[in-house]
Parts: sequence; structure tokens; C-alpha cells
Amino acid sequence: MSMSGSANTWTIAAARDALRKGEISAADLTMACLTAIDAGDALNAFVHKTPEIALEQARAADLRIAAGDAPDMCGIPLGIKDLFCTKGVPSQAASNILKGFVPEYESTVTSKLFGAGAVMLGKLNMDEFAMGSSTESSCYGPAVNPWKVDDVLRTPGGSSGGSAAAVAADLCLGATGTDTGGSIRQPAAFTGTTGIKPTYGRVSRWGIVAYASSLDQAGPMTKSVRDAAIFLGAMAGHDPKDSTSADMAVPDFEAALTGDIRGKKIGIPREYRIEGIPAEIDALWAQGRDMLRDAGAEIVDISLPHAKYALPAYYVIAPAEASSNLARYDGVRYGLRAALAAGDGITEMYEKTRAEGFGPETQRRIMVGTYVLSAGFYDAYYNRARKVRAMIKRDFEQAFASGIEAILAPATPTSAFGLGEMDKATPVEVYLNDVFTVTANLAGLPGVAVPMGLDSKGLPIGLQLLGRPWDEAGLLNHAYVLERAAGFVAKPEKWW
Amino acid sequence: MSIDIDTARKVAKLARIRVEAAALPKLAEQLSGILGFMEQLNEVDVTGIEPMVSVTPMRLVRRADVVTDGNQQRAVLANAPDAREGFFAVPKVVE
Repeated sequence: MSMSGSANTWTIAAARDALRKGEISAADLTMACLTAIDAGDALNAFVHKTPEIALEQARAADLRIAAGDAPDMCGIPLGIKDLFCTKGVPSQAASNILKGFVPEYESTVTSKLFGAGAVMLGKLNMDEFAMGSSTESSCYGPAVNPWKVDDVLRTPGGSSGGSAAAVAADLCLGATGTDTGGSIRQPAAFTGTTGIKPTYGRVSRWGIVAYASSLDQAGPMTKSVRDAAIFLGAMAGHDPKDSTSADMAVPDFEAALTGDIRGKKIGIPREYRIEGIPAEIDALWAQGRDMLRDAGAEIVDISLPHAKYALPAYYVIAPAEASSNLARYDGVRYGLRAALAAGDGITEMYEKTRAEGFGPETQRRIMVGTYVLSAGFYDAYYNRARKVRAMIKRDFEQAFASGIEAILAPATPTSAFGLGEMDKATPVEVYLNDVFTVTANLAGLPGVAVPMGLDSKGLPIGLQLLGRPWDEAGLLNHAYVLERAAGFVAKPEKWW
Repeated sequence: MSIDIDTARKVAKLARIRVEAAALPKLAEQLSGILGFMEQLNEVDVTGIEPMVSVTPMRLVRRADVVTDGNQQRAVLANAPDAREGFFAVPKVVE
């Protein structure tokens, strides 16, 4: 791999190899990223910068590398989504209700990454509590997509939009994201980056601010499929502190990237051909099919009959879980407490604190969740949604039982939209962003977004592959084939 | 299912979120829109289907019933908006 360009533009794989050969130090690599971050404020991707921590970690990484004790992620500078609790560093989930919250503990994912020698450059912007598809619900103001083709500032997607923008703009080598309904895959598609949501249970949720616990999974956002494989390997693994974390061995994901998918069956779900999808996205999907066929895979039409109910089921289940998870923000234990009037009691404290601290979309989701869980509606909404969820999962199980190895679908219904463009839309119109991605969360399946090319506006568009439970290795290999066939190398022109 | 203003007020109360009276009509309209979207789920025949409890077929593990942590009073209170003498402090709860 040639080492052209400033070191912040390198892939994780290239940087790892250069660090081990002594061609660059972790400190210099980190400095290159810190310089890019300071020049990238217009993107509003990094919302808490941690240069001192980064340089200290980089120096420690250099010592480990010199001693010959260098795991793959040792010395690799990363951005961390604001949803991850990082000890001694503000972790706000982009919410005013967590203003001033500085965790006394470290999330399992960041502990594992730091244990492997990775470097934290700072915390990344996102939608408040990961509820959104544009980062416009962030208390820090929206992150901006580095892809700019006209006068319009566009969203990098969401909720992991700061992560996607930072990776696409080469402010870091990779970033952590989380995906509850598409929050890794949609921003990856909007920014020409790669992102994988692992199987539910593959990555510990401990220390990650909870949105919808039965759907949330963390994963890496990177510049290549190989980087996603390396990074995921360092995040994954059993954690006794998360009772839903799977006690299973973590395979060598990078070693699985053979590029050989001959004879594998790829499913094309007919229910994903939805009305109103742009012709360009449809054409891209067809190209993806051809690429996998040319690589020796067998393309099979499949049916997932309940896929069309995934979005309404998601928007019952996720708010229900959120209303329960977010009950902890009560003005007592951490973060904000509203100023109280004379005579205000504890109920006024709760109500005023939560009205001040939560943004409008978070408030809406908490209230929707409260409603669907309330007496008299629990069966009609919440239990019905959980039954439909079971049927959605069964559809996938039947497809996999028939020999399907992976499923190819669009990642998003459009390319990145302009900031403010959805202001006049109803909440339900905004939710349609997640139409292709929520099924994987409901079924607990791994899903990866791969950048494929640019649309007629010059904006990135991507495809999504869904895999069998626990088969991230096979899934990433399919993604690797797509990546090589698409040959997407375009970078946003620097305007910031 | 349409949400009227009284129901919106009740939901806000249950959720412990203060909503000004002037904001209730808009809230009721938005909640109605969202719940209307969920009505699609009524098209599905769910006869004989059990509600999903866990997306992966796993048993919740039990750990030994032993103390593994403790003496964390400082850390527990470190982020409290108001903590006094080793306790969380809140407005008067009982008259």
C-alpha cells in the first residue's frame, strides 16, 4: 500500500502496517488527525476534543509497538460517538439533559479499544439519544456532510452522523457508531464510508447510553471493509456485564476476507422494491446483483412477507423501550436539574427537568412509548408489535434455511438530504429514512453498508448486505467482493 | 386511534414531561399521526404467535450471589446536581 497523502487519510490497515514497520509513529499519526480535526470545525463532527488524552495514548502505543506488543488497533486514532461513556470525558448522548455529565466509568467497547492500544481523539456528534437520521436533533447543532456539491449543506445522516462525517473527511482513521434502526448504515451510505451493525449480542452494550435495549448494537465506521473487519474484531466479545452479550468466540474477521463467494446464494427480497424509490437507487441495486453474480454467487429472488411492517413495529418497540430507559433522567442522579420555583416539589422537578433537558423528538418518542405501554393499550400496540417482530424474524430464518447466505438491498431510499429540508415533514415522513435498515435490528441480524458510487448529483450512494446471525465474517467477505467490484475511491472535495 | 388533547395531557403527565397547555394541540396531532402509522400492524394476522421476548435464543445467565463491588459513594454522587452529606438531595417529597 502506498503511503501517499497525509497520514490522517490512511486506512486502519495501512496505518497498522506502517506503525509496525516503523514508518510512522503513533504520535505523528495522531498529530495529523488532531490537525485535521482543528481544521474541520465547520463539519461540527467532534463535539468534545481530547488531544491530551490522544497524545498520551499515542505515546504509550509507540512504546508497545517498539516492544513488539502491538495488537492491530495499537496506535490507531479513533473518534468515539458521544453515546459511549468515557471515564473523565463528557458523554452527553448529544442531549442537554446530560449536560455536565462526566462518567466515572468506561464503556466496555472503549475499554477494549484502549486496552488494544487505540487512541481517542474526542467525542462525536449524533442525534440526541441516537433518535434521528440527520444529527439535527443534537444539542450541539447538526454535523455537516463533507460531501458538498452545491450551495446546500447536507446531513451526514444519523444518528451516527458525526462518526460518518469524521471518517469521510479524514479527521480520524475510524469511529465507533451505534445502530438501533439504521444509525450506522444510513450515515455510512450518506458519506461514502463503510459501516457494520453486528449481530445483536456480538458487542457489549455496557456503558453505552441506552436507547432501545433490544435493538441497540455498536459497530465500527471505517474507510474500507478490511478496516471494518479489523475494528470489529477489537470491539466484539463476551462481556459478563451485559447479560445479552453472547458467550461466543470472536472469529478473525480480517482473515475471512478471501474475496471468494463462488456458489454462495444471495437473496434479493422483492418487498424491498418500494414505491417512490429513485431510479438511481434501483439501478444501483441491479448493479450490485450483477457484481455478486460475476463473482460467482447465485442470485435468488426471495420473499420477506412481513418486511413492510418492520417500520411501524419498530416505531412501537423502540419508543416503548426508550420511555423506560430514559426514565432514569430525573434530575437527581446526573446531568441537568431545572431551576425550580418556590414551593415546587419532586414532581415539578421531574417535569421541568425533562421538559428542559430533552429535545422535541426525544420527548415525542418518550410519550409515544409511554402511551403504547399504558394500561389498555399494551396489548393493542406493544404486544402486537412484538408478535409482528417475531414474524419478521421468522421470514429471515426461512430464507436462511433455504440456503441464502446473505441478502442484498439498498441502504437508504435517497442520497443525503439538505440540513433543514425535513423541517416541514411530519415525524412519520422522517421515519421513512429507516425503511431499509430497521428489519436487521428487529431480527437481530448483522448488516453492512458499502459505498458503491455517486449519484447524478455527485453524492455517495451505497448498498446494504444482511447476513446470518453470528456470520459477520461471511457477511464482510461478501461486502469485500462488492467493494472491490465497485471500486469506489472518490473523496469529498475539501471546502471546510 | 386519534389522540385528543386530554389524552395528550395525560400521556405527558405519565411521562413526567411538562407540556404547556398551548403546546398540547400540536402534540396531540403529532401523536395521532404516529399512532395512525402504527395502525398498519392491525393488518397482520398474529394468531398463535408469541410476542418476542429475546431476539437471540439465549438464557439469561445467573451470576453467583456475592458482593463484587462497593465503597463507591464518591463516584456514585459525583454527577448529582445536588448531593449533601453523602446523599442525593431532592425537593421535599412528603408534606
